[in-house]
Amino acid sequence: MNEADIRQAFLEELIKIAPDIDAASVGLDDHLQNDLEIDSMDFLNLVAALHKRLGVDIPEAHYSRIATLNLATAYLVERLA
Amino acid sequence: MGVFVMPSLGADMDEGKLVEWLVKVGDSVRRGDVVAVVETQKGAIEIECFEEGTVESLNAEIGQVLPVGARLATIRKPGVAGPASVPELIEKPAAAAPRLARPTPLPRPPMPDAKPLASPAARVRANQLGLDIAGLRGTGPGGAVLLIDVEKASEALPGTTLAAPPEPETAAVAPGHVGKPGLDINAMRQAIAAAMTRSKREIPHYYLAQTIDLQPAIDWLAATNATRAPEARLLLSALFLRATALAAHKVPEMNGHYLDGAFRPGKGVHAGLAVSLRGGGLVTPAIRDTDRLGLNQLMAAIRDLVDRARIGRLRSSEVADGTITVTSMGETGVDSLTGVIYPPQVAIVGFGAPVRRPWLVDESILPRTIVTLTLAADHRVSDGRRGAKFLSLIAAALKDPEAL
Repeated sequence: MNEADIRQAFLEELIKIAPDIDAASVGLDDHLQNDLEIDSMDFLNLVAALHKRLGVDIPEAHYSRIATLNLATAYLVERLA
Repeated sequence: MGVFVMPSLGADMDEGKLVEWLVKVGDSVRRGDVVAVVETQKGAIEIECFEEGTVESLNAEIGQVLPVGARLATIRKPGVAGPASVPELIEKPAAAAPRLARPTPLPRPPMPDAKPLASPAARVRANQLGLDIAGLRGTGPGGAVLLIDVEKASEALPGTTLAAPPEPETAAVAPGHVGKPGLDINAMRQAIAAAMTRSKREIPHYYLAQTIDLQPAIDWLAATNATRAPEARLLLSALFLRATALAAHKVPEMNGHYLDGAFRPGKGVHAGLAVSLRGGGLVTPAIRDTDRLGLNQLMAAIRDLVDRARIGRLRSSEVADGTITVTSMGETGVDSLTGVIYPPQVAIVGFGAPVRRPWLVDESILPRTIVTLTLAADHRVSDGRRGAKFLSLIAAALKDPEAL
């Protein structure tokens, strides 16, 4: 999986959690909670979905590292390397 | 002979629109079975049956708007042969209030897996187009059929000239935020307005607040979740809900309904959880016997409830049975909130966002995560002293999270 694939996977899982979000309008630095109004339940569901899809178990202590599309992509690339 | 009627799903509801039958004549039904879907101002609600027997006739048409109490179906009791020839006694409607006095607790009905998940908008649109929801492929959470899936399916239909869907009433409200499918945000706003206006008009609220050191709960939660896969992790809101339910069990004046000039203590604690819907609006579905569920069970119940609230698959008992409400402002944001009681309930507990603050622990000032809990309670039922007791019990429970 390259970086673009990982970004796409993250975005897809995000849209599944919050189907009203328009994938094309998600900015690379939009904050999931502050800008996209993802709440703690949504966030946990997203973490669970990423675990299932990518096999990456993101500990709570790392939640801030997936707070935006850019951050999350970099973090997941690192974890999958 | 039983009459299945349009139930009242809260003080603010006076009619509902039948959008789907999930049973047909001749089907056997048991208490708790979901038999119909009704659209209300709170979105589509799955209506449960409170009779056991056989469906003798369906007395309402899909698309009909019917007042609360109107006959939807006739259920023949088991052992009673043949159709009744005389007009039967109208049984007590399955309204909100009588169910409080239900002698035996109704078991949580299992999620009917045979029925397709679908958003209310998808149901309505499919209905307009004459499409069967069950035959469509869903792309929503849990494979739920969304409006877009119905639209896609209809495009594929030859000669579908129903053309443009009716102008969504939400369009003018918040462009780009029409996200919550099928939910008429204006109608929901009206429902909230009606309930809150009634609350402020009728209920003499009193308000209490207490700020507590949340660090023990935060530390316990972090240590617990560190050992768990994401699917099994707990959220702070599960701890809040559990602590509140245990306290409500001990201070019964906070738990129940005020109806017809009298307080009726809840038979069991069924805490309603305020769930914000993406795109706007709020529902407060209840978790039955909240105080009897352990943290893991409660977390599973919350997850299920939030998921279904978002796609519009709440059940009538969840919407009507709440005996107290818990509202939480999430993880960031405001310090505290002053709640408005949801009638006919008599109390609402609010949790502000937990914040890091300097805090006195013994004789040292330490950085701690604190939270302000608030109570709005009904002065016709309790006084500040009992309210204070109630809040202190919640605080004590959160100080000792291992015991939750």
